[in-house]
Amino acid sequence: MKYIDEFRDQQTARRIAAAIKQAAQAERHYRLMEFCGGHTHAIFRYGIQDLMPANVEFVHGPGCPVCVLPAARIDEAMQLAEQHDVILCIYGDMMRVPAGSRRSLMQAKADGADIRMIYSTQDALQIARDNLDRQVVFFAIGFETTTPATAVAIKQAAAAGLENFSVFCNHVLTPAALGAILNAPEPVTIDAFLGPSHVSTIIGSRPYERLAKEYGKPIVVAGFEPLDVMQSALMAIRLVNDGSHEVKNEYSRAVTRDGNSKAQTFMTEIFELRDSFEWRGLGVIADSALQIRSEFSTFDAEKRFVIETHAISDVKGCACPEILRGQKKPVECKLFGTVCTPANPMGSCMVSSEGACAAYWSYGRHRVCQDVNKPHEP
Amino acid sequence: MCLAIPAEVVSIDEANDNAVVSLGGIKKQISLALVDGAVVGDYLLIHVGYALNRISPDEAQKTLELFAEAGMLELPPK
Amino acid sequence: MSLDLRNGVINMGHGSGGRATSELIETLFLKHFDNELLRQGNDQACFNVAAGRMVMSTDSHVISPLFFPGGDIGSLAVHGTINDVAMSGARPLYLSAGFILEEGFPLADLERIVISMAGAAKQAGVKIICGDTKVVDKGKGDGVFINTTGVGVVSAGVNISGDQARPGDVILLSGTIGDHGIAVLSKRENLDFETRIESDSAALHDLVTVMIKAVPQIHCLRDPTRGGLATTLNELAKQSAVGMQLREVDIPMRTEVAAACELLGLDPLYIANEGKLIAICAAADAKLLLSVMRKHPLGRDAVIIGEVLPDKRQLVQMQTVFGGQRLVDWLMADQLPRIC
Repeated sequence: MKYIDEFRDQQTARRIAAAIKQAAQAERHYRLMEFCGGHTHAIFRYGIQDLMPANVEFVHGPGCPVCVLPAARIDEAMQLAEQHDVILCIYGDMMRVPAGSRRSLMQAKADGADIRMIYSTQDALQIARDNLDRQVVFFAIGFETTTPATAVAIKQAAAAGLENFSVFCNHVLTPAALGAILNAPEPVTIDAFLGPSHVSTIIGSRPYERLAKEYGKPIVVAGFEPLDVMQSALMAIRLVNDGSHEVKNEYSRAVTRDGNSKAQTFMTEIFELRDSFEWRGLGVIADSALQIRSEFSTFDAEKRFVIETHAISDVKGCACPEILRGQKKPVECKLFGTVCTPANPMGSCMVSSEGACAAYWSYGRHRVCQDVNKPHEP
Repeated sequence: MCLAIPAEVVSIDEANDNAVVSLGGIKKQISLALVDGAVVGDYLLIHVGYALNRISPDEAQKTLELFAEAGMLELPPK
Repeated sequence: MSLDLRNGVINMGHGSGGRATSELIETLFLKHFDNELLRQGNDQACFNVAAGRMVMSTDSHVISPLFFPGGDIGSLAVHGTINDVAMSGARPLYLSAGFILEEGFPLADLERIVISMAGAAKQAGVKIICGDTKVVDKGKGDGVFINTTGVGVVSAGVNISGDQARPGDVILLSGTIGDHGIAVLSKRENLDFETRIESDSAALHDLVTVMIKAVPQIHCLRDPTRGGLATTLNELAKQSAVGMQLREVDIPMRTEVAAACELLGLDPLYIANEGKLIAICAAADAKLLLSVMRKHPLGRDAVIIGEVLPDKRQLVQMQTVFGGQRLVDWLMADQLPRIC
């Protein structure tokens, strides 16, 4: 497959690994945060850390929209399906996330709620067209990669007068999350960031420039394939060595400085900033999330339906907040692998396959499996 | 960041702002609402049924060359 | 009261045990499954057994959609049970077929399925010798559920079992992975993509026969169906209390299957196969076994994909195409397409 296979070549990987070994200064320890869950997943799935020298460490970031969505919001979506009898359209990622009382949307569906998994917002619009006598709500999640798809759906619904369609909006913003990590009360030792691939396709590399300058950390916009991740790590190490606070773009085949202006226009047309939004693990962050503008409020599920809100606290002992900020590794959480596994997730980092804990457990457990005399039960 | 895949445009339906893309022989219909001027033969980045952006063949080539010559100076800033 | 096979549907009468049931059985099942044992018309079938040990296996099939590229629930049922019996090294002899039909299910579809089953059984040289039909109210079934039970005989000296893998053994795979799962997915609502991939559903007993003839001391055989290659290897690792080391670069996959997995964010290691098998044998036997498999039409793409290791943790590990190492874990739950 073009633009995929050639970016996974093993021989080239070894070469870049050699270059990284050369570039990484022996007396330094480099902590590179890959912001995105997709990168975390790629690192583990390809075993990229095996090709890195011991003094270069990946620190996993909070760029997993499923992981950072508060359980309370899932409960609210569940209310829409169970108490308001809507057809709730969701992406597959949301199906198994346990919300309040550890119930998931999948369980709500088994109990009779009309919850349908879709691949695209276009599917949700079609469901609305096919069921004009029912209310259809799209449970929107995601960073800026996914937001334009929701914007298009709302715009098309408005143009077609599709009155039974609405959106429960939980879109969040990457620069705000990056800022929250850098701005944390306890300082985090991160030397450089590997910026998200596909968010950057939309927003461009420009939004990272202010952050890099303000916090004095280099940011490399990294592509999605494993060679991209390694090349970006090499670039980041060199920037750290030079004491540089620049933004570099490794993913130049899909990312420009300005990004996709058409997609950005759609987003600003339909959405505006929320004053604040609670992120699971990161707490309340100002100007970090989007809501639907008043001109389109008729398509806002939070305005159309009366939804009860209440907070759900995280499980005691769950280290997700520290893990999402890069302050702790999954193995350092008391619950990891004992009480908390993908089969029985306690916190957000384990619920999504992109979460650091889930990735660690599913792909990298052989490294942390200290007790070599005991079989590891699934 | 989310799962987005490069796929080749094999046909365009201008009236509906859709295209059919091919990835390794799999064909899928996707929306072109977010990109302008796509033509057959372009490679587009596909995410949740939409094209997000065009892949630049020149930049892709440059990136591969960069990989191959690991040890070269890094790309100039854009 | 004759059956309208073109436009008729199943009604509660067909399951009542009376005339309507009898007519359904004669017109559809007896007609297409036809053999001397069925023609006797008893509630059971009586047959001689050759000396040796007998093998029995059962499967229920609830797949949706019922018809998919390369097969249907009927052929899948026949192949699946034949394969389960064959994985012990046994020669499959007979099958039973139980049907649970939903009220309103089109008779034309049922006939299509029955003809498909008959064809699969005939091609495999296995007879369907007894069966059952029940009907449930509309809404209580998914069109049709099928249960097949199979019996076979295994020769003396053949001891193939999941707990026989030993450190140093070689792991072989008979062909490309993911074909069946992707073919079925391509027909599911909301995921529709155009593909030429067909299910690999096939009866493997003939391949097993030639394999055992060349290497009677094969340690393990299993077909990686539900849960895919990863699940089956983890099962074997657990049963044998060993570890495994695989090489991703050696695992064959059609480009279209790989592409579909990329598109939907699925891991091909967990996708079902219905016409492939895993064989584990001593290292000394591997070369011969591989060449014998490759000479067979269902083993043309056979490869060695890894080795068995001593490992009390019973982990299945894999060297990735990229050169790094990853765990190939048990399946947590059915994979769902993801956006992230």
